[in-house]
Amino acid sequence: MSRPDGITPSQTVGPYFKYGLTPNGEYEWNDAFTNNLLTSDTSGERIRVEGKVYDGDGAVIPDCMLEIWQADAQGRFSDPQDKRALPNSSFKGFGRCGTDKSGGYSFDTIKPGAVPDADGKPQAPHIVLAVFARGMLLHLCTRIYFDDEAGNANDPVLALVPADRRATLIAKKTGGNAYTFDVHLQGDSETVFFEV
Amino acid sequence: MTLIYPVASNGIHPARLSPAYRSALLRSPQKPLIPMRHTLSELTGPVYGHETVRAHDNDLTIQAKGEPLGERIIVHGHVRDEDGRGVPNTLVEIWQANACGRYIHVVDQHPAPLDPNFTGAGRTQSDDKGCYKFITIKPGAYPWGNHHNAWRPAHIHFSVFGHSFVSRLVTQMYFPGDPLFPFDPIFNSVTDEKARARMISSFDLDNTKPEWALCYRFDIVLRGRNATPMETK
Repeated sequence: MSRPDGITPSQTVGPYFKYGLTPNGEYEWNDAFTNNLLTSDTSGERIRVEGKVYDGDGAVIPDCMLEIWQADAQGRFSDPQDKRALPNSSFKGFGRCGTDKSGGYSFDTIKPGAVPDADGKPQAPHIVLAVFARGMLLHLCTRIYFDDEAGNANDPVLALVPADRRATLIAKKTGGNAYTFDVHLQGDSETVFFEV
Repeated sequence: MTLIYPVASNGIHPARLSPAYRSALLRSPQKPLIPMRHTLSELTGPVYGHETVRAHDNDLTIQAKGEPLGERIIVHGHVRDEDGRGVPNTLVEIWQANACGRYIHVVDQHPAPLDPNFTGAGRTQSDDKGCYKFITIKPGAYPWGNHHNAWRPAHIHFSVFGHSFVSRLVTQMYFPGDPLFPFDPIFNSVTDEKARARMISSFDLDNTKPEWALCYRFDIVLRGRNATPMETK
């Protein structure tokens, strides 16, 4: 077994991924994943996270793909690598959504529980988000936090972010169970992205 | 197995702002990315059952009533991590243009014919050793508006998951000896020559099927190392 020289480089997802990755009924191919993570046996607070994706000119991005990964309501991941995982439902925690003509996306999911950080201290509830699009040679990673969580004040990852930029990571409750989280790839309101 | 994901491994990726690629100008962040220690959120990732992949989803030549036009090819390879271990049971998705260099996507207006028998989308799961295989049609080169007389080298788009959220990879597989390589800003956005070569498949005569199809091999290396490598002893 030879050791590889390095990883395979990233290339852009390009403008034409929709029929393969997010057909959503517009193409004959079936979706491997959708923007609805809910299953009938999923416990927890059902929420919708929605928003738009913008470029550096403030124009909406209609050819973007977003992927989310999150814990269940008890803060456990549906992955055997989470040694605490005791999945009691078919909730998988992964979703994918292509933006529409107005740059919009949405996910129907549950509010995740708190997950420990690298030192075992609790992090505030959050969803990790990957952003892919034409013009992006390598996807960007960020986090979605929630504005009604007191734990944000002590979250070790939010603490790494300059105070004046933290708001870009916090979804705002807009009524009912909906939260708004816009993504700005560039510009004055540029979303905080993490080097992971 | 406990894996770690050194951020240094990302060094071979393209710079997010590669000015020769015009679409990147307004779609790349200008503020520095914030480094962070990986937590369980980054170190875990989605696990799929076979329910995601249907039989024959890896054969793009039998999705329609008739056979697609063009050169039938086999594309296979080994998905490995940075230690060279196979990545088993991981989802591999592909999409591509047809033999004439035309995508079925409605936005693609390249005046080349669509093929009613070719969608250009496929998916499979790597086997227990990390190996995958597709049967498809060799895609054509196609023009794009990045600069005067810009043409993309023939390529197949790949999407791979791996062990965790941070091993996620979207890339493009190229074909050996393409004359368009020197002129393509997307291919050349990877500045390290050896890393660029890892995006080029190799012709595989041993697995070429006589009287039927040429074979290309495309191995994929994802992030992820053993947390306790033997070298440290």
